[in-house]
Parts: sequence; structure tokens; C-alpha cells
Amino acid sequence: MGELNGLYALWYREFKVFLRERSRVVASVVQPLMWLVIFGTGLGASIALGGENYQTFIYPGILTMTSLFGSLFFGLYIIMDRRVDFLKEVLVAPLSRTTIFFGKVLGGATDGIIEVVILMLLGSLFFGIHFTVLSVIASLVAIFLLMVSILSIGLTIGSMMNSLEGFGLISSFVSFPLFFLSGALFPIKNLPSWLYAFVSVNPVSYAVDALRSMILGVPAAFGLVPDFAVLVAFALLMIGVGTWAFGRMRI
Amino acid sequence: MAYVIEARGLHKSFNGVKAVNGIDLRINEGEIFGLLGPNGAGKTTTLSMLATLIKPTKGSALVNGFDIRTQAHRVRGSIGFVFQDPSSDDLLTGRENLYLHALMYGVDMRDINRKMDDVLKLVDLTGVQHRRMKTYSGGMRRRLELARGLLHEPKVLFLDEPTLGLDPQTREHLWKYIKRLSTEKRVTIIVTTHYMDEADLLCDRVAIIDHGKIVALDTPANLKKRVGGDVVRISARSPNLRALRKLRYIKKIKTDGGLLTLTVDEAERHLQEILKVVGEVRSVESHFPTLNDVFLHFTGSEIRETEAEGGYFERMMHSGNR
Repeated sequence: MGELNGLYALWYREFKVFLRERSRVVASVVQPLMWLVIFGTGLGASIALGGENYQTFIYPGILTMTSLFGSLFFGLYIIMDRRVDFLKEVLVAPLSRTTIFFGKVLGGATDGIIEVVILMLLGSLFFGIHFTVLSVIASLVAIFLLMVSILSIGLTIGSMMNSLEGFGLISSFVSFPLFFLSGALFPIKNLPSWLYAFVSVNPVSYAVDALRSMILGVPAAFGLVPDFAVLVAFALLMIGVGTWAFGRMRI
Repeated sequence: MAYVIEARGLHKSFNGVKAVNGIDLRINEGEIFGLLGPNGAGKTTTLSMLATLIKPTKGSALVNGFDIRTQAHRVRGSIGFVFQDPSSDDLLTGRENLYLHALMYGVDMRDINRKMDDVLKLVDLTGVQHRRMKTYSGGMRRRLELARGLLHEPKVLFLDEPTLGLDPQTREHLWKYIKRLSTEKRVTIIVTTHYMDEADLLCDRVAIIDHGKIVALDTPANLKKRVGGDVVRISARSPNLRALRKLRYIKKIKTDGGLLTLTVDEAERHLQEILKVVGEVRSVESHFPTLNDVFLHFTGSEIRETEAEGGYFERMMHSGNR
């Protein structure tokens, strides 16, 4: 009961703060829109992928990108909490570190899911994406799994660092390879084998693959079952790492 | 009678540097106990060990009967802690910050609203409870954090430099609230401070800490008595120390260049004679001993104010919340 209330408290805080930081919500939606409108239209003017409009093709990839960057960036807030004594206030509470970690992860995932739902609405209204109830739910499940993994990575980095600049540096080292090697912006079918090797060991690729298949109704390159298996395994692994990192975090 | 806190031989080293070097404490139920010393004396480290935020290198303590080394979780559930730096979320309202705390400390859901109303009233913040914390003044924020520390009805409340960085008026105001908590809630309060007046006016007993050790521990009144007389400070061109030493009512002479600090029995009666023999006097001042003199008496140095001020600026630098 105590731990559950604590979990709720941490989630409640993240959610409230998210709702009050309008600029954060707006920025998190505007950036993917720029990718879709400018990059998608720009490159789409010259190329088409197997009859698919390029903008439509990258739409699932951009959803993934939003989840990836947003979730990783979430780890920054732990450093901000440490700069004031808010983190201490939380760590001193008679709660297990695992609870604190999950509270953060669920809070971050809630924020991220809201952003993605907004992008889905915009996608269906302005970008000609046809969602079904099933594709929305299945996509959100895949996105949630990815968010949990990436939030865990972000929180792990955040738990080990004191400087915002350092966090920015390390997180971009992590996020850019994960993004560019995920097939978010290009099909992975005809890649040279060295590049394909990188893409296939990147867990984010499986999220892109699953989303593209479910949203656009194209066959999945890796297969949907392997996609979800990888996402679940990756999430479990990263939760393990994150829990460990929170356990050893100094007050 | 059982003590609320009983510490034996607490030691703490950070990378071989001794921050706390053997502290013994016995704190009674319901008292306001002060740990007084300059920054770096080991006050916060001592407090942090008692609150199980850090583990002692050596020694141990019982807090509310729980061992700080083996029952950290139980200790934490039975204490409240108000940190040196702001520790609330600026984007949440005062009441929401309290709500978070109540949930994290396992306050019964049915009691949460009543208890929040209760502590808000205690610190006179009922009227602003629905305002976001970023609109609070420094004093209001501290009061809210005091209230928050009490929400789960701890038996002991730790306050780490509660008035650091506040203006003098706000500080005095805050003492009033701290006293109120102590009398109305019958909670034992342990407070660290480097402000002499704070320790003097607020605390029932004071432990003076320097270099990780307790150098004196008593009520402020008794500590002042132990200075052994009134304090006379004289600035003289070339003080005649030999003549002064012959005066038997002068208990102690300290010199710092041309500045003399004398401990004198019944200074009013003897001041004239002292001034006659000391030589050419630039200025003179005489007063009953203050805690500052006590500190000087036991540690041989002034409390290091310049160093202590550092905390304020650090706090300013870090005051930006998300």
C-alpha cells in the first residue's frame, strides 16, 4: 500500500508538471511536425519508395523519433531535481528505490504517450494516415515498450551525472546513432551489409519496423513477432539496468 | 527516561578526510536542540547520519529506538527532514507539494486532507495553498517545507540551516513557527545553524561543534556562564598587557593585534581602572557574554562568517527549478 501510494505520488508529480509546462508539450509536437512537413515534403519531392509517399513512409519513424528523444531527454529532469533538494526529499522518503524508479518511468511514459497521441491525431487529420482501433492500440503498446526502455536509459544516465551539459553530450551520443540506424528515414531492405548489421542490432529498428507495418499496413521486415519480442526483452533489460542504477544513486 | 536520540561515537570520513570525529549525543523528548558551528564543522554530516542519509564510518545511534545502521527504513518513517536547499516543486502548488509528501510517507488516504489543512494552518499558509510554489517568498517556502516535514507526524524533526539566506525579519518570524511546532505538536526538533542569535533564542540546548567534535554542550544560559564573566573589547594603540595581567578580576586576555578581548568579573565596576592602565584607547565596548563569545571561548576563533556566507550564494545559483 505504502509503495503503491508512493508510485502514484511520483507519477502524479511528473504528470502535473508536464501539464503545466505548455511549452514542453508544444515543442515536443512541433519538432516532429517540422520533420514531417519540411524534411518529408522536401525529400519526398524527389523520391518515392515503392509507390509510398515519402512523408507517409517516414511517419512511423517520426513517431519513434519523438518517443526516443523525448524519453531519453526525460533523464535530464533528475539532474534538475538534484540541483535543488527535491531529489533528496524523494530519496529520503521511506520508499524503495525500485518504486521511485518506476514512478519516474511511468510518469515519463504518460507524458510521451500523450505527445504521440497528439501526433497520431494530426497524422490522421493532415497527413493522410489511416488508423484503425487495432493499429492505434498495437502502436501504443510498441511505443510504450520503447519508451520504457529509453526512459530507463535516460534515467540511468541522469542518476550518474551532476551536470546538465554532460547529460546533453552523452545523451546525444546515445540518441543519434539509435535514431539514424533505426531505418526511421530509409527502408532497410537494400542496405549494404555493414549498415544492415548496425540496423539489425539496434533495438529501436524493431520499433520502427513494427510501427511501419501496423500503421501503413506493409509487411514487417523482421516480422511482427520478433519485433515485439525484441522490444519486450529490451525493455526488461533496461528496467533492470535502471533499477540497479537507482539503487546505487547517492543522496 | 529514554532519549529520542542517542548517538555513540559517530565518525564519518570522506576520502580519508574526517568530517565528524566522534560525536556523542543524548537528546530528550520535546526539546529544541541546536548544533552550532561554522560551515564544514560537521553539523550537516551529523544530521545526515542521524537521518540515515549517509552511513557512519564508525559508531552508531538510536533514533526513536531504531538503529540508524540496520533499521534505516524505520528511522526514516519516524523522522521529518527539512533540507538546507529548497526541495519542493515550483510548478506545483503548496498543497500539491504536501500531497506528494503525504503519499510518499504512507499517510493514510482518509487522513491526508485533514492533516494537510492542519499543518497549513499551523504555518499560516492556508490562504496561499493553491498558489504555485514559484510565487512563494523564501520565508513562505521554508514554512511550507516545515509544515511538510510534520505531515506524517514524525517524533523528530531535523532542520538543516532553516533560515539560511533569509532576511533577519523573516528569520525571526520563522523561529516563531518553529517554536510553535515544538509546543503544539510536541515534536523534538534538531536544528543546525551557524547563526548565534538563532541558537540562542530558539534552542533549549546547544552543542557547539568544531572540526567534527562537540566542544561544549549545555543550555545557552549555562554556556554563557561558562565564559566566566563579562566581555570587554578594547582597541588600543599599544596595550599594556603587563599591567592588565596584574588585575585579578581579569580572567582571560586575548590579543589580536591592537584588539583585546578580556573576560572580566563585573565589568561595570572595573572598566574605569582597566582603561586607566591599558594605554591609549581607540574604542571600547563591554557586554554580557553572547553565544558568539561562548564560541570564541571554546574554539579559540570567531565563527567563520565569510565562509558561512558561501552557502547563501550557492543556494542562489541553484534556486532555478524546472
